[in-house]
Amino acid sequence: MIYVVRRLLASIITLFLASFFVFFAVQALPGDVAQQLLGQNATPEAVETLREKLGLNQGIWTRYFDWLGSAVRGDLGTSLVSGEPVSTTLWTAFTHTLLIAIPAMIIGIAISVLLGVWAAARRGRRADNTISVLSLITMSIPEFVVATVLIIVFAIAIPIFPAVVLQGPSASFSDLFPAMWLPIATLVFSMVAYIIRSTRSSTIDGLTTEYATTAELKGVKRRVVLLRHVLPTAMLPVLPVISINVAWLLGGVVVTETVFNYPGVGKLMIDSVSTRDLPVLQAIALLSACVYVLVNLAADLLALLLDPRQRTSGRASKRQRPDPALEAKTSEASG
Amino acid sequence: MSLATTVRSASDLGLVTLVGIAMVVITVVLAVLSPVLSPYDPIASNADAALMGSSWAHWLGTDAYGRDVLSRTLYGGRFALVVSVLATTICVALGALIGALAAFYEGWIDGAITRVLDAVLAVPAVLWLLLIVSVFGSGTWVIVVAIAAVYTPAVARVTRGAARPVMRSAYVVAAQSRGEMSLPIIVREVFPNILDTILVEYAMRACWVILLVSTLSFLGFGVNPPNPDWGLMIQENRTALVVAPMGTLSPIIALAVLVVGLNLAADGLGKYLGVDRAMRGVA
Repeated sequence: MIYVVRRLLASIITLFLASFFVFFAVQALPGDVAQQLLGQNATPEAVETLREKLGLNQGIWTRYFDWLGSAVRGDLGTSLVSGEPVSTTLWTAFTHTLLIAIPAMIIGIAISVLLGVWAAARRGRRADNTISVLSLITMSIPEFVVATVLIIVFAIAIPIFPAVVLQGPSASFSDLFPAMWLPIATLVFSMVAYIIRSTRSSTIDGLTTEYATTAELKGVKRRVVLLRHVLPTAMLPVLPVISINVAWLLGGVVVTETVFNYPGVGKLMIDSVSTRDLPVLQAIALLSACVYVLVNLAADLLALLLDPRQRTSGRASKRQRPDPALEAKTSEASG
Repeated sequence: MSLATTVRSASDLGLVTLVGIAMVVITVVLAVLSPVLSPYDPIASNADAALMGSSWAHWLGTDAYGRDVLSRTLYGGRFALVVSVLATTICVALGALIGALAAFYEGWIDGAITRVLDAVLAVPAVLWLLLIVSVFGSGTWVIVVAIAAVYTPAVARVTRGAARPVMRSAYVVAAQSRGEMSLPIIVREVFPNILDTILVEYAMRACWVILLVSTLSFLGFGVNPPNPDWGLMIQENRTALVVAPMGTLSPIIALAVLVVGLNLAADGLGKYLGVDRAMRGVA
């Protein structure tokens, strides 16, 4: 329980620090934001008006705490480009991202765990070699190449799916439905390699443990050993790898969304960078940080739930330290 | 274990690793020799020869501006390779130092470093890069520093994980009790013992940096046109793919050879040094 509380506190501090870094990276960087936004030919009056509007005449700390305070209450400011509240724009984009990220996540995790376990069970044989080579190649091919190839094959050569989303951020579900499959395929392709490799490696470690060998020697079927004895423990080290990928999926998949012109968080990010829409960029960074922290927290708590050892490890490690052997050596060396 | 004994005998590394190293070496040599090997100026356009197929004059055809695809492909890896070497070296050196310091001091210093690293990692690398590039422009040095800055926390976390067990070892405790300072202990006692992890991390980082640089160019934030770069070429030529496929396929193949080679080499190195790199995520 103490562990959970400490973990929660750490998450809040991380989030706070991340918001701090993002704000200062965006705001405190060289150059007058108002001047940059309006260009070199802007009249001093126009620059002054924009400075006033952005609150740039106040101190940086006042602005930071104002921004953070409003952000906590759900007010992320106003877009400099569209003039609409950032929270509305971002929320719409986030729902669009979820539409491709959640299916990609489910399909990706299922496929990769299955292939990883299969490769481990057939270690050194043809299935394992094929899976290992393929996952290494998948890992080496950038997302934008995958997306390009998928468009060529399934949108141009065999026109089953639309190549890009033609509607902008106002696209409805029925607009997006036919166009979401190629992005989903791209995302699945980009994430599976890492999970396959870690699952395989962890399962192989599990299969060589004493309890797995013992179970096999006393006549338990290989399949049962693999699924009942090895897999639950083997998945623990894979959890962090999965959580990194899930956070990546939910935090905005810039490349995939750009190639398919898919109106999600990643596309919003690219658009906001080219228009220098700072409030939107800050909000996206904050959202991504929240997602990252929440996903990691969820993974840690899940690990805690699955692994009884971790629940007591805090106490156990305290009891072990200081290591008596080391203590002896230290006193020897200093004496 | 010193670097010399690590790569004492090439045959220890295994065939697959050697193939990987060969793929990397070939790509690097071609990129270095591109001014000599290229039949044409990679940025010279020729409106009369746009989007041609393969011919004796242009082995891999031409792109929409009539530029020679072979020359552009040969030149196209230079930027990514230079950025990759520089950025990877900086981020691995800096990250290893920060990670080792965190592991060395434990307690609240470790806690503070870990929190800061976590906070930087919480924002996606691409977003940091886009923020930095959109403020400072996309010069080579901006991209090098930006990528190094973005990847340093991840390297630091890996190094911290590898260095923590070493901190408990007898020789570190002995050095501490001899009254040695923190930096000499880290450099002389800790680094040699986590060198395997750092080497594998270096190879993996190099892969990711190359992919990241091509991605940046593809998105229009990396190499400025008309300069040749694989990511940029794929972006420019993919619309003409049906007419002149080599314009898109050659940079894809070149990029794939380099990164697959690097991955094979990193895997082999990891296996040889006993570092399980499969247990690492994407960040």
